[in-house]
Amino acid sequence: MPDQPFIARGFRGRRLQTPAGRLPPGQYETRDFPVLSAGPTPRTPLAEWDFAIRGLDGRSARWTWDELMALPRETPTVDIHCVTKWSRFDTRWEGVSVDVLLAAAANEGVSGGAFVLAFCDGGYTTNVPLADVTGGKAWIAFGHDGAPLDPEHGGPARLLIPHLYFWKSAKWVRGLRLLAHDARGFWEELGYHDRGDPWREQRYQGDP
Amino acid sequence: MLTEEMRLDGNAAAGALREVFSQDVTVARATCAGCGDARPVGALLAYGHAMGVVLRCPGCGLAMLRVARTPGMVRLDVAGVTLLAIPDDVPVA
Amino acid sequence: MSSGIRAIPEGVPDVARRTAPARLEWRVATVVAVRDETPRARTLVLDVPDWPGHRAGQHVDVRLVAEDGYQAQRSYSIASAPEERTVALTVERLDDGEVSPYLAGELRAGDGLEVRGPIGGWFAWDVHDGGPLLLVAGGSGVVPLMAMLRHHAHADAARRARVPVRLLYSARTAADVIYRDELARFAAPAVGIVYTLTRETTPVDWAQHHRRIDRAMLDAVAWPAADAPLAFVCGPTPLVESVAALLVAIGHDPARVRTERFGPTGG
Repeated sequence: MPDQPFIARGFRGRRLQTPAGRLPPGQYETRDFPVLSAGPTPRTPLAEWDFAIRGLDGRSARWTWDELMALPRETPTVDIHCVTKWSRFDTRWEGVSVDVLLAAAANEGVSGGAFVLAFCDGGYTTNVPLADVTGGKAWIAFGHDGAPLDPEHGGPARLLIPHLYFWKSAKWVRGLRLLAHDARGFWEELGYHDRGDPWREQRYQGDP
Repeated sequence: MLTEEMRLDGNAAAGALREVFSQDVTVARATCAGCGDARPVGALLAYGHAMGVVLRCPGCGLAMLRVARTPGMVRLDVAGVTLLAIPDDVPVA
Repeated sequence: MSSGIRAIPEGVPDVARRTAPARLEWRVATVVAVRDETPRARTLVLDVPDWPGHRAGQHVDVRLVAEDGYQAQRSYSIASAPEERTVALTVERLDDGEVSPYLAGELRAGDGLEVRGPIGGWFAWDVHDGGPLLLVAGGSGVVPLMAMLRHHAHADAARRARVPVRLLYSARTAADVIYRDELARFAAPAVGIVYTLTRETTPVDWAQHHRRIDRAMLDAVAWPAADAPLAFVCGPTPLVESVAALLVAIGHDPARVRTERFGPTGG
């Protein structure tokens, strides 16, 4: 790496002029919805799809697609921030609050600790503190912009944790594993931050 | 646009891999830990990604090699490879 | 700017090969010329300091840094033959792109451009690798195949005759065909060229087909599988995957079909 990067004359990239205060540090606004994927798009038939919350002692709570659809739903409109520096404002989603699922799991005796590992079709995983998916901050989202969530954006369902960098909002999510100790997921093992708060610019392991 | 339309060949990851290896390894043969197939790294499927590169086995889909650069560090995950056979005499690359 | 003399950092064993330096360095190339190939494709001719040479088919990584530190990085295939002193890239401008409109629009002769390479030894061909050679291009996927054809043209006549080449080039319209004049000058019978235009509404006499590449087209153009041809297929990912599968279906050895996917739009 050279000490002084070479500045490409006249290169700006594609960035909008964004009012101050709404963009986390180092981010740029886009109106696109870039697709980033670490693997092929999984295709699990809805008849075979389920969502599970697995507790510390091996117990788990499970929902079929129809059972998930029967739960109370919310329609959050949120800004999202990708660690690759793009941010998108006012994205509209539909989904079930993770609070609802965790409460139902607790009623069935499924208990956990202070951490969560989301697991997905295709093998993707990502870890977050439990506190970041409770208190109305996270959803299992199956709708986007008034339509069913496209497979390339994580459909049939993805985790949505808009206040963290978007790699935490795991596509094709199939469940949450409750953990007593933090365990790194797919990108976290490769040096990305265990929490990933864009406002504190927690991009990489070691960022405060 | 489907992610299958976005995938590239392992050859496209040659730049990222050259940050780890002292020579071009796209011609090296990698044996998949999932299905046992051996292929040149350049013929794996690359899911290119601004966060890092994931090279998957075209046969079974296993993530064979993963490379990510973060400030001051490049990380290579080889959990999906049981053997990497690297020829000595690689032309300029 | 580096002087081109590399100090070996302390504690690092010097595994110097007669090949490339152990580290792949970013270098600031100078744009010595730009040339419009089509309304959407432009060739950038680069003078790269300490360029170690390349093999036909390889690519470079290009890095653009804006004044505020914003960065973008892409890979572009090399179009020039290894025998040439400068390095030519041909970039197709994608309207919704971020890097290609800059490279194929803003960049001028005299500008600097950060590159590293050459890279990608798997999708590379040398005339000594032999043939017969089958090249299948979709859109700007012709670029690395052009490096192979230019390299082939540099060989002596006897060797060229021993390594016949066929190019099947699929483009949207006649106006999208890159390098047509130069391709027309490559001498038959050593080089055969077949065009198919998938969206051309006015048929042109130099294009043999006006449809997507299919099995019948490959049956007619590809060398018989018994000749053990070496195939290089480059272009948008869906085209490459379809052509590679068809070649295997008509009997080609999968180990001798090399692919370079350019992604969803081929750029």
